[in-house]
Amino acid sequence: MSQQVLDDDEFTSQFHVYEPHRAGIPPIGPYVREVWRRREFAAEMSRASMRAANTRTLFGQLWLVLNPLLLALVYFLLVNVLSGGGRGKEFFAHLTAGLFAFYYVSACMATGAGSVIGAGKLLLNTAFPRLLLPLSAVRTAFYRFLPTIPVYLVIALWAGVPWSPNMLVAVYFLLCMTVFGAGMAAFFATLQVYFRDTSSFLPYVLRIWLYLSPILYYTEDVPERFQTLSLYLNPFYSMMGGYGDALVRGTMPPPELFAISAVWALLAFGVGSLWFMSRERDFAVRI
Amino acid sequence: MISLSGSNGRPAVSVQNASVTYRTTFERVPTFRNAIVRFGRGERAVREIEAVKNVSFDVPRGTSMGIIGANGAGKSTLMRAMAGILPPTSGRIEVTGRISTLLALGVGFNANLSGRENVVLGGLAAGLSRRQVNERADEIADFAGIGEFMDAPMRTYSSGMFSRLAFAVAVHMEPDILMIDEALSAGDAQFKRKAADKMKQLMESARAMFLVSHALASVKELCDEAIWLHKGTLMMRGAPPDVIAAYTKFLEVGEESFAFEDL
Repeated sequence: MSQQVLDDDEFTSQFHVYEPHRAGIPPIGPYVREVWRRREFAAEMSRASMRAANTRTLFGQLWLVLNPLLLALVYFLLVNVLSGGGRGKEFFAHLTAGLFAFYYVSACMATGAGSVIGAGKLLLNTAFPRLLLPLSAVRTAFYRFLPTIPVYLVIALWAGVPWSPNMLVAVYFLLCMTVFGAGMAAFFATLQVYFRDTSSFLPYVLRIWLYLSPILYYTEDVPERFQTLSLYLNPFYSMMGGYGDALVRGTMPPPELFAISAVWALLAFGVGSLWFMSRERDFAVRI
Repeated sequence: MISLSGSNGRPAVSVQNASVTYRTTFERVPTFRNAIVRFGRGERAVREIEAVKNVSFDVPRGTSMGIIGANGAGKSTLMRAMAGILPPTSGRIEVTGRISTLLALGVGFNANLSGRENVVLGGLAAGLSRRQVNERADEIADFAGIGEFMDAPMRTYSSGMFSRLAFAVAVHMEPDILMIDEALSAGDAQFKRKAADKMKQLMESARAMFLVSHALASVKELCDEAIWLHKGTLMMRGAPPDVIAAYTKFLEVGEESFAFEDL
């Protein structure tokens, strides 16, 4: 059966043609256009879920900041005890910057994992690009991350870290983390449909990932023989390393951190969203 | 046929040799743990279901089509395929116009959100603009007759309020094609009458409607054509009284048995 010009409008309101998807993946062009056209849905979904979770209340907001801050305090003590003391204010700034960012990405993954399952009847009733659901989770995670930025700046002021225009470079690494988080959110959302205990395993995976990443220590603390390995295999090594260099030390991160971060972000986004899209027809019968 | 005045006479819905097959699991909750246990025993819980087999039909504009058949006949799957929720595994389905669905009874997907929030989210997902959605939210609340409950969390709703709201949403999306799955059993006698009137009114604006129902009398009353599905195959298509007669004969059940489900 030949494809017609009109086939473009898979989700729009006038003429629809439903045919088997090639290799299970819906036509990408129209899909992306529809995601963009219905972005308001993702935004509203994220606002509504934040309202439902009381994020808007003062204590809800406070907790978002307090939680990683207390964690930073715990890890600061832990690292100081284990290393026999000697870690100062600047390390605390490094720790908070890293933990805030890490909790942002892990919130993308954790809320993303529940996003498709949580949409329940909406999946059964309405045809829309399902990718909006994990993307909405990323928006939620981002809005929860925002109040930690001023908190970090206060800590940076107190710790006396050097202020420099290089700090703006951190935005690039934050962008990489967001794209990476979106891809991982789509990945875990799909996995959660097939294995409902994914979200129970996820915290352990994230905890190990945290320990393997240069957040509780500096990149140069990684033993020599693991340096290259971590650089290429752990996405957080380049993203957190570059983020820390720029934001906490005010130095320009080495160019390979820029490149590797971008590669990991795009790879995660590509693989995660394509896998999600190839499985999304199944969601309505698996929920 | 009420009118064929459509832009170019294209049928509202054209289903061409459509089959829908899907794989699903029979587990209550699929988990890694169960998957590993099953793998150890060499079992698989995944079944392939051929819900709709090689079905073809055209629905001209202005038709209201009843779909009848026993449980598991593939009625709901066929509706999902036409709505684009579950695209066909083979064949082709063409739909002209905006579709509004009321499948699997419900708008509400998050019981912690208010009725209004659920309505807004559902409308935005269906591709309406924020302004259109807000305009309709009040109309919907009025029609459903749920008053101030519109802004209360949906977990506080009675089941009647729930289904009245769902029906109100489906008919207020200004659909060209309305698909309703077992929704008329919702609400009290007064609301059923209101719902039937609203559907007749929608039909007059020359739109297509699909109604899946076990209440055969409502298919007879509201539809001018009917199809009968049995285990995924199209058994018969024709005027509702004929199709219903054949179907009831097939089931060997007298029509009075389901009279209590009637409108």
